[in-house]
Amino acid sequence: MLVPSAAATPATMQAAIASVIRGAKVNPGKIKLDIPPLVENGNTVPCSITVDSPMTEVDYVKAIHVFTEKNPQPNVVSIQLGPRAGRASVSTRIRLADTQTVVAIAELSDGSLWSHRVDVLITLGACLEDS
Amino acid sequence: MPRAMINVPAKAKRGEVIPIKTLISHVMESGFRHSSTGQVFPRDIITGFVATYNGEEVFRATLFPAIAANPFFTFHTVAVESGTIEFEWTGDNGFSGIEQAKILVE
Repeated sequence: MLVPSAAATPATMQAAIASVIRGAKVNPGKIKLDIPPLVENGNTVPCSITVDSPMTEVDYVKAIHVFTEKNPQPNVVSIQLGPRAGRASVSTRIRLADTQTVVAIAELSDGSLWSHRVDVLITLGACLEDS
Repeated sequence: MPRAMINVPAKAKRGEVIPIKTLISHVMESGFRHSSTGQVFPRDIITGFVATYNGEEVFRATLFPAIAANPFFTFHTVAVESGTIEFEWTGDNGFSGIEQAKILVE
């Protein structure tokens, strides 16, 4: 039986990011990832993402991706938006297995990519075992 | 049908950006947990969520095991016309859930 490896590594996160950005340059800014810096329970961590964009027909956010460094799998969520969204502001609840860096990347309609990294300290990680 | 909670304003002004909140009950078993005997609990998650406004897609999310149990999303859309906003979740083991909300745009 194949037991999945316990953690993604920064390298697997880089690979997951590379598959999304396809060689393009990622700039810091425009996107804000809002996660509490200190989290007690990694099983449900509130996570909101806001992108600074007018969300018009010609200038809008196409996609938002969230990645983690040390979860078993680097991908967290991929979101597709369009001008119909009106506002590029999304929130959800995520799992974090360990103290780590979370990265959000926004892809705009002009093809540019923007990112924000946040370091999160986890007291109790999302469980990987039955307990 | 799994239990879902939808929050869409009943009324909105034309062109107004409205917030939408959705939550669906689901264990989101990650596939990375195992029992004390080493047996892996097989993955059982919701993988897709789409919101359509009178048939036109306004929001789509691809979910991974790192989304917490009972997936919750808040997002926005422009109230363009009266009608129906439909929410559809799909997932492992043939999981499927559909909910609708009516909106009156003046």
